[in-house]
Amino acid sequence: MASPTTPAVATADTTPSATKPTLLSIRNVAKTFGRNAVLRNVSLEIAEGEFLTILGESGSGKTTLLRIIAGFETSSSGELWMENDRFDRQPPYRRRVNTVFQHYALFPHFTVEENVGYGLRVAKRPAAEIAQRVAEALDKVKMTAHAKSKPSKISGGQQQRVALARALVNRPRLLLLDEPLSALDANLRRQMQVELKSLQREVGIAFVFVTHDQEEAMVMSDRIALLRSGELEQVATPREIYSRPATAYVAQFIGHTNLLKGQALGGIVRCGSLTWPASLPDGPVLFSLRPEHIRLPGADTSTNSRSNGQVRVRGRVLHQAFHGATELLRVECTGGLVLVVRIASASGVQDKNKDEVDLEFSAADAVPVRDSPERN
Amino acid sequence: MFSRAYKTVVTLPPLLWVTVFLLVPYALMFCYSFWSVSPSQLIVHSWNLQNYKDLFQKPTYWQTLLRSMWIAARVMLFSLLLGYPLAYFLSFYAGKRKDLLYQLVIIPLWVSYLVRAYAWKTILGSDGVLNTLLQYVHLTKHPLDFLLYSPFAVVLTLTHIYTPFTILPIYAALEHIPRNLVEASHDLGATPAQTFWKVIFPLSIPGVVAGATFAFVLSLGDFLAPLLLGGPSGIMISNIVVSLFGAAYNWPLGAAISLGMLVIVVSLLFFSERLEKKWSFS
Amino acid sequence: MELLVSGSDSNVPKSRWLLIHAAAVFAFLYLPIAVLILYSFNGQGVGGFPPHHLTLNWYRILFADGPIWDSVLNSLQVALAAMAIALTFGIPAALALDRAQFPGKALFRRLVLLPLILPGIITGLSLLMLFNVMGTKLSLMTIVLGHGTALISVATTEVFAGLQKLDRAQEEASLDLGANYWQTFWRITVPNLKLPIIGAALLIFTLSMDEIAVSFFLIGRDNTLPLEIWGRLRRGITPEINAVSTIIFIFSLVTIVVWYRLRVRAEVGTG
Repeated sequence: MASPTTPAVATADTTPSATKPTLLSIRNVAKTFGRNAVLRNVSLEIAEGEFLTILGESGSGKTTLLRIIAGFETSSSGELWMENDRFDRQPPYRRRVNTVFQHYALFPHFTVEENVGYGLRVAKRPAAEIAQRVAEALDKVKMTAHAKSKPSKISGGQQQRVALARALVNRPRLLLLDEPLSALDANLRRQMQVELKSLQREVGIAFVFVTHDQEEAMVMSDRIALLRSGELEQVATPREIYSRPATAYVAQFIGHTNLLKGQALGGIVRCGSLTWPASLPDGPVLFSLRPEHIRLPGADTSTNSRSNGQVRVRGRVLHQAFHGATELLRVECTGGLVLVVRIASASGVQDKNKDEVDLEFSAADAVPVRDSPERN
Repeated sequence: MFSRAYKTVVTLPPLLWVTVFLLVPYALMFCYSFWSVSPSQLIVHSWNLQNYKDLFQKPTYWQTLLRSMWIAARVMLFSLLLGYPLAYFLSFYAGKRKDLLYQLVIIPLWVSYLVRAYAWKTILGSDGVLNTLLQYVHLTKHPLDFLLYSPFAVVLTLTHIYTPFTILPIYAALEHIPRNLVEASHDLGATPAQTFWKVIFPLSIPGVVAGATFAFVLSLGDFLAPLLLGGPSGIMISNIVVSLFGAAYNWPLGAAISLGMLVIVVSLLFFSERLEKKWSFS
Repeated sequence: MELLVSGSDSNVPKSRWLLIHAAAVFAFLYLPIAVLILYSFNGQGVGGFPPHHLTLNWYRILFADGPIWDSVLNSLQVALAAMAIALTFGIPAALALDRAQFPGKALFRRLVLLPLILPGIITGLSLLMLFNVMGTKLSLMTIVLGHGTALISVATTEVFAGLQKLDRAQEEASLDLGANYWQTFWRITVPNLKLPIIGAALLIFTLSMDEIAVSFFLIGRDNTLPLEIWGRLRRGITPEINAVSTIIFIFSLVTIVVWYRLRVRAEVGTG
């Protein structure tokens, strides 16, 4: 395992799912606007039929990457390949890729029907075919009743479905979605997440979904590509990215975590007052420990902290926050380390503030991660 | 939020002024149009339709009116042909220079009409700049007569004056088009040309109608350019009105023709407003 | 705003024809004026090519030309008075359109805006008839009334646009804090409308100085500058007219650029 002090490696791609062939190959793409390097050396393989989310904060370059795939920006360097063709040399209107825009971009002077059929009309398909495919697409997104309405007369959620239908009706090889759910309220959003996912399964087209919402990414994706300051931190399935984050940034971006800094020496790791055995080379180490992996054991367990691979420590509860199904406790441990602990909510009101508690976690749940230095 | 007193104070003065100085004059013009003038040059307040009969029956009047409308139509057409591509260029291609170029468009708009009409007069005359230039470079041997004192000169000058008038509303309409619509159109497979005709142009139609209306209406009522540059063949309906209020003293007839113009103009405005509403989608 | 700013325009192919057309139209708009300015220095008259004998003589003659300067003074007086009228009635008109409901409001709005689009001859003649009926003699005063009336529309349009950008909450806060309507108007409303009002004033001034169509019918014994020039044109043209036209052009240029900058500042400031 690389030590936390080595500089971050540029690409963090893992191979796509073994069962699906590669649809679009993004190779060493970089993009600079003036002095601003928005994307640096991004390589990614997008598989047929997969739901891939490009996740990142604003400014991470995720929208730029999407626009490069769509053809609205050209990369400063690097290539895109689709099926042995240099994809990035084609203008957007020749690419078999369609986009669902963040603010939908529906044509205000066309009805819903006319909007959806636009791509087909432009391709000069026969009228009967257009009518049939449009009807099908509208049915898929449940907007048949509004076919003759104008975009200004339908709600945001409905506009979003129309934008989806308009893109899908053209049977693209790849569908790009630029934060399509960000303008919706929370409940509608959750509903649409489910609908989008099942739509993707049904249609079988690869979806590339851009968002800054990590929960959304986890719920919907087959794979997540986490982008930070123009470089990929990690590309993996949601479970993998959650339980085996590659870097500190990933660990903190996705869900809550405790970052433990320490030293490894002779097979023993020491983080503040905590110690446990780990086969790591000597030197500084960094671990990610998820709050739900820390338990409050009863008083009857053994005090030997190193037996059974368990690590124990004593601490005092600083703060307790109720989150519905679970509670989060901030615990100050001996030695000064502050740990965040997630426990199931007790059925009665139990104020644990200022309590002395024993904490326990398995050494195996402390996942070593690379450090994430600042990037300019 | 605003009290009745407030609303009364802000409404009453302008309302009164506009009534006295706009509504009443139009009403007077209306009345005058039904009167007539006596041989001794006095206005006779006997109500009749003679003026309107003259307007429709005497060829001088209705022919000049038609000719004026034809001139106005040509000015409108040329202004649009010159102005639309420039507005499009400004909106979609100008990038950083957009602001500067926009200023360059509005400057001629506000520079004195007289100055610009006069400039053309000096250019188009038989001793004018254009003719002597053409002879100087041996493209022609004799001065071209049709350049000045002709409908051509009037159309040319009015086009020069009203093209910026058409550019502005078209530019405003084009600016209003969200750029992601252009991207969406490309994304769906339309080439730039298809995108222009299917998306950009339809959404710019309200601006085109506004600009065209300006150019047509203002050209129709123009009397200065014909006086300076039109010659006998370039007389427009307003010139007739001017002379009826001057040497050919017949105020009632002049009022009738003016009223006719007013009716045409107001109808056009009404019609174009309806058209603009029909083509606006926000 | 992301929606209205195109990215790197890589999806819009460069078009040479569009650029050529644009350049040609700009040339069409500016060449006559350039010729005019050039020939104001021509010793040999307003026509003929190429210009010979460049001289400042015409400007010298212009500056010694008494009647011209009289007419300039007249124009200035008219412009300032027209500005006062247009603003005095135009600002309340904008407020009324923005805030009040009254019978005939739609008609009022159209009536106010009509002189902007109507050919000047109609405005001029209708006012002439009014003055005739009222027995008023034609003079600079009648021209002032004509300009003022016609240009109310400019003031109303600019101020109305400014009102749309005004935050109502500010005026509500002022009332809430104890100021009455009059105080609120002067302390809150007008300062917020400073830029549109100044812009409108500049525009009205320029338009009044250049105005000829309405003035044509309402003129008494004293000429405004455009009418003085017009009179000269009937008699015979000399480059002196080019000279005065050049000066008019320069003034208009400066005024309009200043107006535009103010306009842009108004939009940026409240955007």
